[in-house]
Amino acid sequence: MNITRRDALRTTGALGTLVSLGLITTEQAMAAESRPAFASKTLSGALEAIGGQPATSDQIEVIAPDIAENGAVVPVATVSKLPNTSDVWFLVEKNPQPMAAHFAFPNGTTAEVKTRVKMGQTSDVIVVAKADGKLYMAKKETKVTLGGCGG
Amino acid sequence: MGNPMRIRAKSANGETTVRVLMSHRMEGGQRKDANGNPIPPHHINTVTAKHNGKVVLSADWGPAVSQNPYLAFSFKGGAKGETVEINWVDNKGDSRTDTATIS
Repeated sequence: MNITRRDALRTTGALGTLVSLGLITTEQAMAAESRPAFASKTLSGALEAIGGQPATSDQIEVIAPDIAENGAVVPVATVSKLPNTSDVWFLVEKNPQPMAAHFAFPNGTTAEVKTRVKMGQTSDVIVVAKADGKLYMAKKETKVTLGGCGG
Repeated sequence: MGNPMRIRAKSANGETTVRVLMSHRMEGGQRKDANGNPIPPHHINTVTAKHNGKVVLSADWGPAVSQNPYLAFSFKGGAKGETVEINWVDNKGDSRTDTATIS
């Protein structure tokens, strides 16, 4: 990323003004999302932020339930059989911010990981894997009975 | 400084499997309080796992990871009695580090 001094001043200045006006608290300013992949509100924007549209691959296994009763806790897992997988990303296409999590595997760590994510509504769970510097993806649809984002 | 994490690390066939349960509210920033004001996001941003001082997994999380996050992964190596260290940092700068002995 290439941040010029002018841009940096402009951003910090704007946030500072908002804080001083009492429009937003310091806490909110600190908590504002600064990572572009996570801040993006669209799937294509999130993919763009991690390096573009990946190719589809059948070597990535996406493990997610067919039906999730509670969208607040959806167990998801992935196993990448692609050699030299260095990173995986979990995305939930229809969430307010599709990017859910990114995992980086150093040498010696198996390219599989399990966690739990929130899903606002029925959506595709997408796993993007980076192997030898190239991006690949696979997806699986999970039906959500009760959404887990708003409320 | 949140509550301690629960970490289980087990070594078998030259591989160590680590399971972690963290204690964090993972507020997504989408919900509103009783007065209709949005509740600001408060979630874990980064997680780092180390074995003998070497990073074995690093993760970046957004608000879409569930409350009290669960994480499971495995790495090559690791022997009984060695330790695994897990650290998380949230978007308000709070952090916590816990260690577990591999069994």
